[in-house]
Amino acid sequence: MTTQDVFFYVFSLLTLVCGALVVLNPFSRNPVTSAMFLVLTIVSMAGLFVLLHAFFLAAVQILVYAGAVMVLFLFVIMLLDIKEEQRRRIKTFGLVAGGASVAAIVGIFAYSLFQSKLGPASPAPLVAGATRPLGELLFSRYLLPFEMLSILLLVAMVGVILLSKKDLK
Amino acid sequence: MMRAGLEHYLVVSFLLFSLGLLGVVARRNLLVVYMSLELMLNAANLALVAMSRFNGNLDGQVLVFFIITVAAAEVAVGLALIVALYRRRQSAHVEDLASLKL
Repeated sequence: MTTQDVFFYVFSLLTLVCGALVVLNPFSRNPVTSAMFLVLTIVSMAGLFVLLHAFFLAAVQILVYAGAVMVLFLFVIMLLDIKEEQRRRIKTFGLVAGGASVAAIVGIFAYSLFQSKLGPASPAPLVAGATRPLGELLFSRYLLPFEMLSILLLVAMVGVILLSKKDLK
Repeated sequence: MMRAGLEHYLVVSFLLFSLGLLGVVARRNLLVVYMSLELMLNAANLALVAMSRFNGNLDGQVLVFFIITVAAAEVAVGLALIVALYRRRQSAHVEDLASLKL
């Protein structure tokens, strides 16, 4: 039990508790509360990334997710001026179907994890996830997907501008 | 309490994914459904980074980098769609958007 393990348990507990509060908050149905807990989830997940030696991804996670994406979410929530989600009548069929699908996914996960026999002592990692090899990989083997992502971002930008026009034809 | 191995990270990732799925199925606010979708994407990212770390292979991290970029583009387009929908229907509630239902 090293310091890293203590940090793993702290961060994973924080991630799961905040993730649960995003989805089922017993105190508030306000989307702003959910967004704030999603920010906390993402930040604690960046902590898990640091524990996994993925330092660059931890920084990107905080910059892009906790920064850009969540600001976009909060901006839209304020733009739409959404009231608290009123409690409506819950349909029994929906509840049963949803609960069954979630239970099935959890069962599949548990079964696959049980079958895979990873064991508690996983082999020692070979490479530390330093930023330099990641960048070299990104600009050599994954150059084509990287360039295609820039086109994707351009397409998304044009699409968003088109969708936000007032008179959508 | 054991040493944190690959399976511990995978369990956290699975639990987070299930929470996201529960949110998509159970919540009725379109924006909260979207946030739960982000939660599921993040769970997949965690599994990929853990796999990449414990297999000594950086390909998983490159994939996570791509996923984060695609997720950012997806959020922008999806929120623009929600805003356009809200302008037309004055509602961001899932049950009010049932005009395609038979």
